[in-house]
Amino acid sequence: MTITPVSGIDPAIDVLARTWMQTDPESGLDLRLTDTCLRDGSHHKRHQFVPDEVRGIVAALDAAGIPVIEVTHGDGLGGSSFNYGFSRTPEQELIKLAAETATRARIAFLMLPGVGTKDDIRAAQDNGGQICRIATHCTEADTSGQHFGLARELGLETVGFLMMSHTQPPEVLARQARIMVDAGCQCVYVVDSAGALIMEGVADRVAAIVDEIGREATVGFHGHENLGLGVANTVIAARAGATQIDGSVRRFGAGAGNTPLEAFIGVADKLGWRTGVDFLQIVDAAEDVVRPAMPEECTLNRMTLMMGYAGVYSSFLKHAGNAAERYDVSGAQILLEAGRRKLIGGQEDQLIDIALMLKAKNDANA
Amino acid sequence: MPNKVTAAIVGPGNIGTDLLYKLLRSDLIEPRWMIGVDPASEGLELARQRGVEASHEGVDWLLKQDELPELIFEATSAYVHREYAPRYAEAGIRAIDLTPAAVGPAVIPPVNGEEHLGADNVNMITCGGQATIPMVHAVSRVTPVPYAEIVASVSSASAGPGTRANIDEFTRTTSAGVETIGGAERGKAIIILNPAEPPMIMRDTIFCGVSADADRDAISESVVRMARQVQEYVPGYRLLQDPQFDDASDATMGLTKVSIFVEVEGAGDYLPPYAGNLDIMTAAATRVGESIAKEIAR
Repeated sequence: MTITPVSGIDPAIDVLARTWMQTDPESGLDLRLTDTCLRDGSHHKRHQFVPDEVRGIVAALDAAGIPVIEVTHGDGLGGSSFNYGFSRTPEQELIKLAAETATRARIAFLMLPGVGTKDDIRAAQDNGGQICRIATHCTEADTSGQHFGLARELGLETVGFLMMSHTQPPEVLARQARIMVDAGCQCVYVVDSAGALIMEGVADRVAAIVDEIGREATVGFHGHENLGLGVANTVIAARAGATQIDGSVRRFGAGAGNTPLEAFIGVADKLGWRTGVDFLQIVDAAEDVVRPAMPEECTLNRMTLMMGYAGVYSSFLKHAGNAAERYDVSGAQILLEAGRRKLIGGQEDQLIDIALMLKAKNDANA
Repeated sequence: MPNKVTAAIVGPGNIGTDLLYKLLRSDLIEPRWMIGVDPASEGLELARQRGVEASHEGVDWLLKQDELPELIFEATSAYVHREYAPRYAEAGIRAIDLTPAAVGPAVIPPVNGEEHLGADNVNMITCGGQATIPMVHAVSRVTPVPYAEIVASVSSASAGPGTRANIDEFTRTTSAGVETIGGAERGKAIIILNPAEPPMIMRDTIFCGVSADADRDAISESVVRMARQVQEYVPGYRLLQDPQFDDASDATMGLTKVSIFVEVEGAGDYLPPYAGNLDIMTAAATRVGESIAKEIAR
């Protein structure tokens, strides 16, 4: 089905101080978008992507003009495990398939130091991955040095993820961004892993990093929907100087999902920000290609709201649900306790310990 | 014991200083030298205050002395140890390596602590390895383990610059140890640095895949027994929960999943008790050093 736009929009009312064109003049883009439904969505999909889904989604996003598509296990290279869930199809196979399918888009992959290793980065490049995104908790940037070093040596484009950025003030993030940039990172992302940042909280963090690294590297923003602020937070991030933007078509991501990329593209059109993506085509892709690959919609509900509210890592959602069912305790209580214990990304194992503790408490009160 | 075996600690950082405190209590080992490269090192100053000869002129200085140590405890980094290990061996000094260099055979006291007492060089793997490999072994001594995976969470405050700059060495050395000493056919290791304040006590989770007909009671009994064996040298080593068993499914790769949850509280010698990860390394190295000392004295 093709829809004809009802009326012309009135763009160019909102001028960005920093644009992607300043980094890549050939691109003609104000903002460069990365779709992450084949990586962050891997959490929602419990890491069960099959080759046909990846081929179909990459083809549709590529045709609509999405410039970067991320493909990896949700927890990054080497994430396939008891702790995070085993991949149905090996991620390296999916990266290869994505690289073979894309005609214009570059394929990105994620790695977390402590989970994946340098060997995984080499393999991902051999399979056609071109952008290496290295994620650390937002106080632990100095664990990424050897990986940025290798990625640059291999000629990969690099991105650094400061996960759980809501837990630290802007000046701390700026210092951590500096560590990554000095190690070879070309773009530092403020990553709102818990979907807990609110508007100015995003702008202040992006601006502090822009101040620190100037033109040495670009800044990006990766949002989650756990408090329903994905698009709004992304708009304000762009105004504060972020020129690389993450999202997932149809919100297909962890927790309540990521910033719905098709909605952001519509908003960008109306603000006159060039993304290079055709709005009608991406809306069709969301409905006709991405949605059928999703086990269910990513929604705001008791569990996902709790994550934004308590500041809990979005990927804990499915694992907390599993533990709640296995031990007959409240999933929302597990998430609240995870927030209280200040667990960070990667500590999924501790959710089982929390469930057992809640069960013991319930049994004692019975 | 009239004559203690003499030892030098190379690397006066967190691990080296914590180790010094433990060796000063040993009946079998006399820590006579503390070696670093930075004159402002706190560890060197603390050693001096305790009557230990301290030098910031590095291993070259140590190896020029008229009297050489019988044991060297290496607490620097994997790169440094790889460089110096051959020179220790040439000088006839036994090395106990607390870096992930893996020059010599790996040792986990309750698993193979008595196996390499004659070796020039033994390796202590990693803190995560010392905390988890005993449990992999506790399962594999009961039933075959085709796959084991460990998740070590430590406080950021307890992870020094060496660990941070070389985190791949941690995962690689630990997963190799899960296989060679733990007895799993295939091993995987994950490490998390958590910056929570107050700092979290080290926690480790051990997942083992076993066959559906494995004897669950025997596994649980073996795990509890192993925890007691580790407690002999790390009193703060605790099982947090009974071992959990999840039936085989697609989500477990068709294996029964055994989950073991452990906490390691340190003795608080140099670093506070949350740093159980450092404590288990230095306690294990002390235990191995004492076994080697007995062998030398024999």
